[in-house]
Amino acid sequence: MDEYILIFRHEDGTKVASPEQIQVWMKQTMDWIGGIAAQNKFSHGNGLPFDGAKVVHHKGIVTNGPFGEIKETIGGYIVVKAESVDEAVEFAKGSPVLQGDGNTVEVRKIMKGGDGVH
Amino acid sequence: MESTNTTQGNAAQSLRTSASEALIPHLFRMEFTKIAAVLCKLFGIDHIEVAEDIAGETFLAALETWPYKGVPPNPTAWLYAIAKNKTKNYLHRNQIYTGKVMPRLKQESNEQSLTGEPVEPEIDLSEKNITDSQLQMLFAVCHPTLPTEAQICLALRILCGFGIDEIANAFLSNKETINKRLFRAKEKLRSERKPIGFPPAAEIGQRLETVLLTLYLLYNEGYYSESQDAVLREDLCQEAMRLTYQLIQNESTNRPEVNALFSLMCFHASRFPARKDENGEIVLYADQDEALWDQTLIAKGAYHLHQASQGNTLSKYHLEASIAWWHTIKTDSKEKWENILQLYNRLLQIAYSPIAALNRTYALSKANGKQEAIVAAEQLKLTDNPYYYTLLGELYRDIDKGKVLSHLKTALTLARTKTDRKLIQRKLDSLEK
Repeated sequence: MDEYILIFRHEDGTKVASPEQIQVWMKQTMDWIGGIAAQNKFSHGNGLPFDGAKVVHHKGIVTNGPFGEIKETIGGYIVVKAESVDEAVEFAKGSPVLQGDGNTVEVRKIMKGGDGVH
Repeated sequence: MESTNTTQGNAAQSLRTSASEALIPHLFRMEFTKIAAVLCKLFGIDHIEVAEDIAGETFLAALETWPYKGVPPNPTAWLYAIAKNKTKNYLHRNQIYTGKVMPRLKQESNEQSLTGEPVEPEIDLSEKNITDSQLQMLFAVCHPTLPTEAQICLALRILCGFGIDEIANAFLSNKETINKRLFRAKEKLRSERKPIGFPPAAEIGQRLETVLLTLYLLYNEGYYSESQDAVLREDLCQEAMRLTYQLIQNESTNRPEVNALFSLMCFHASRFPARKDENGEIVLYADQDEALWDQTLIAKGAYHLHQASQGNTLSKYHLEASIAWWHTIKTDSKEKWENILQLYNRLLQIAYSPIAALNRTYALSKANGKQEAIVAAEQLKLTDNPYYYTLLGELYRDIDKGKVLSHLKTALTLARTKTDRKLIQRKLDSLEK
């Protein structure tokens, strides 16, 4: 069983949804994660708040970010256990993040430690 | 050793039924745990059997005396006096102890013994030392190096004073198996040479985890046991609650997760009177008469759940206790099932178990509807679990009768216990009417 990280990419992180809408997403996200955990495939995860975010650029330039020329932001991630990338993709398809037009979930395999591949 | 255990069981039983109606229930069992703990602490974990034997012999002495001379005015004090004498005699006549235990006792009893005189061992059966010894034994018995079932067996024997027969009955096992299990567990404790005592403050949290798990399983053993002996099963639950409560009464172990576990136990125990009908058949939650639920225990559970919410700990016991609290409200509501669903979502993230996954899916059907729950259920693929199929049967009810029947039939072939088979058969029968 491998681990895959599901990274939530928001097309425009500056858009602020209504409290009601956020609450709906909240429940959907909790139910989505609960569903993965119920299959014993959930490893861990976290949200990444935009508040106080910084971007460090080449030559040590620091900007308030992640917004700048690019609006796309990472809103959070979860790590799941899956037999294959296809299974991880099936989990990703259920993510409420995908209800937002232009949002994506990136699926990446996490390298196992100590296997000598760098 | 075994003969002592059996005789002691008989002794307790015959006393209960004949000479002494005035004895408080479980007096001997209770006092056994106290005397055994204090003596184990005194002798060291190496000599656990000696402690058991002396405790057992103390009750034999009572059996030989009380029926003829009457129960003494203070039975406990009488028992302690006998236990002390027996211990002193044992120490004096046993060479090993003169060589091994006495020097340690001598050291511990300050320097009074500079004269070289043999020291009278202090056999301290004060309330404080009893409680301390019992708690320290709890930590010794719930040692991470022991298999969990061995921990439960030892706890039942030493800390709850159960006889071998009673333990075998509770586990639906036989005396030989239980004796072997206990023997191996004691050997293991001996080989580890762990001193009996409180773990250092820095380790308490971690060691407490094992202790709580054992108490949780001990409770479950009683709550879900297949044993026909209903009284015995409730006793297991009550013993688990008593030991958990001892942890709450001690300052260093009165932690949020301990309160959460105790609260969980109270909520479940509140339904004891409603769980069985007059024929001893199990009554499912939905069919229970809530007027029979014990409101005092529910209030106690709520109090300890509140105590548990201080600090930042969120253990699986917190989540399970909160789920159990919602179940103390019989009336269905959107709010109830939404809360239960979210609690299960969290629980599964920190402590996955198939039964929690199935319960979560049931909550999902109540909160979000059956269609969504059916999809989620089919993803679980717990195809060797009978409850998986009873859940699917439940979800397809009023949707697809054919599926209900086929799922329930699969459940019936997988069911592991008589009670479960009976319950599934009952559902099948009601469908075919």
